[in-house]
Amino acid sequence: MKAGVLDEFRSRELVKGLAAEIARLTADRPVPMTFMEVCGTHTMSIYQYGIRSLLPSRVRLISGPGCPVCVTPVGYVDKAVAYSRLPDVIITTFGDMVRVPGSSSSLVQERARGADVRVVYSPLDALSLAERNPGKRVIFLGVGFETTTPTIAGTILTAADRGIANFFVLANHKTIPIPMQVLSADPELGIDGYICPAHVSAIIGADAYRFLAEDHGVPCVVTGFEPADILHGVSMLVRQIVEGRSAVEIQYSRFVTSEGNRKARGMVERVFTPCDAVWRGVGVIPGSGLEISGEFACFNVEKALPVEVEESREPEGCQCGEVLKGKIAPTECPLFGTACTPEDPVGACMVSSEGSCAAAYKYGQ
Amino acid sequence: MDKDLILLGHGSGGRLSHQLLEELIIPTLSGIPVAGQNDAAVLVHDGRRLAFTTDSYVVDPIFFPGGNIGDLAINGTVNDLAMVGAVPLAVSVGLILEEGFSRAELAEILRSMREAADRAGVAIAAGDTKVVPRGKADRIFINTSGIGVFRHGLEIGGSNARVGDKILINGSIGDHGIAVMAKREGLELETDIRSDSAPLNGLVEELLVAGEALHVLRDPTRGGVATTLKEIALQSDVTITLDEAALPLKGAVRGVCAVLGLDPLYVANEGKLLAVVAPEEAEQTLARMRLHPLGRDAAVIGEVTAAGGGRVRMETLVGGMRAVEMLAGEQLPRIC
Repeated sequence: MKAGVLDEFRSRELVKGLAAEIARLTADRPVPMTFMEVCGTHTMSIYQYGIRSLLPSRVRLISGPGCPVCVTPVGYVDKAVAYSRLPDVIITTFGDMVRVPGSSSSLVQERARGADVRVVYSPLDALSLAERNPGKRVIFLGVGFETTTPTIAGTILTAADRGIANFFVLANHKTIPIPMQVLSADPELGIDGYICPAHVSAIIGADAYRFLAEDHGVPCVVTGFEPADILHGVSMLVRQIVEGRSAVEIQYSRFVTSEGNRKARGMVERVFTPCDAVWRGVGVIPGSGLEISGEFACFNVEKALPVEVEESREPEGCQCGEVLKGKIAPTECPLFGTACTPEDPVGACMVSSEGSCAAAYKYGQ
Repeated sequence: MDKDLILLGHGSGGRLSHQLLEELIIPTLSGIPVAGQNDAAVLVHDGRRLAFTTDSYVVDPIFFPGGNIGDLAINGTVNDLAMVGAVPLAVSVGLILEEGFSRAELAEILRSMREAADRAGVAIAAGDTKVVPRGKADRIFINTSGIGVFRHGLEIGGSNARVGDKILINGSIGDHGIAVMAKREGLELETDIRSDSAPLNGLVEELLVAGEALHVLRDPTRGGVATTLKEIALQSDVTITLDEAALPLKGAVRGVCAVLGLDPLYVANEGKLLAVVAPEEAEQTLARMRLHPLGRDAAVIGEVTAAGGGRVRMETLVGGMRAVEMLAGEQLPRIC
């Protein structure tokens, strides 16, 4: 990590200048502008650097369904819990997933009861765990957007290549552009533009948002994660609105191109096929998910090792759905900070380090 | 959800640990109020004060860059005594060994304990050894307890922070937690991040020169600087404001934190102390810290900005303002 490069994008002077430009551009606008970010890392960065406190009140930033753990439905957690209770199973997952409450339990609770649940930093770690433990069935919880899907596709291809038969994926992969269109069509939300994800866009390319800008008139700016990136992205969105146009622009040009990473997309297309997906709080969005295709069905744990799962129910009073749609701020949920806290979460948005409730709780408003 | 289960997060040093302490352990065992909870207890007998503390060590891996579980166990208890301003006198060592553990590794750990005790000028005065069947413990767990005496009448404790006080730290944050984490996860790092494990009693001796102006000392171990400052804010009922730009942070630690999604403010330290000092003595105390080998990178990182609130805020690198809360759940389990 080259700290010096990042320092530039954390420069107080640069940020101040961009904030002043946004204030100047919006000074005589009669109505406030609302921009949504749909990437958990943006959500965190906005809270962590106190970006909202630097913006004029005429510019409102709202968080959308950008945290992969948060949008994962309760039923998925229940399935993972059910698998963790089977004999000779090792559940492997990225860290945040273990604390997400299911209908009656969570993976962290199952671990305390004796289940073998391990946090890994890469699906390849799960694969080597399977190789080292031939007598166990190693299940990786495949949750995430376009950034994580290629590494999981790559891991499945490696497993197939090496003929590893005890590695499985419980897949719940999602794609972001279609839900963005669903949300921008909601008049209640009044989204004036999107701060488009950085890493996701490096894979899918900025062209993936063209239908939003060109067919639906929603300005889109692919934006980096550093504070100066975010303010620069917001200023580009403001400028589009002031100039009365809607286009896809790339602020994060150090990493993102129009066409994205073809090789990564190719791997995903080989291993996964599009499917309908359930988004917590939003419901089913057609064509917004990815399932393991028939050729690789032996790695799909739901096909290879069916399990009985309890009937799922959403936690009572939980407003994660409204938070994920950007309809309410985390602090507007009646459970926020009282019944629902990071150490005793009711909903997923309070669990994940990328969840907007967790960010609001940890960093304040 | 089953509330009966003890979770790993209950050992994180963060909010869950506090809940377990406040709801179950302290009310059942002693009933000491929050304001009196410090790194070591101060006992008064026949008009003389004595400091007493205990700590258990379960770090995984037991050997890591910059130290091992042995010197950590000595330094940790020495530091807890030093944080109330006591001179550490003696420690006890309780070893819990797993059947099958290596005698050579035990010898190396014991040597490190001896060297750490010599460095801190503390005697290892009592001990106990137990062996449990394979699988009932993880290689080696160590408990150390320590006693210390006072050579001054100063009352140093978490409830003494006052408006205007400056917050000082003796060097970079997060080194220990990241060194252990990187070793455990087998991260291939280009830079060598080492644990900062060290005895702080010598440095504290220097700081005591500030006399009455030295209000609070605390070592930000599990839960990191954020959790420790929040504890002080709650105990003293004040608002503390941090300056993110002033936080000493090594580039390599920042890099690993960025990759793993960790916040260095919550990562454990084992050779760092936070000193809350009256403003008129802050500059001199900082200068004295920087003259000490364990304080070369010392910095003023914030101040007590208001009475009441029991909260910590931080002015971010880019000039925004945000809250700093205690660690929730488990950021890095078994870090010490």
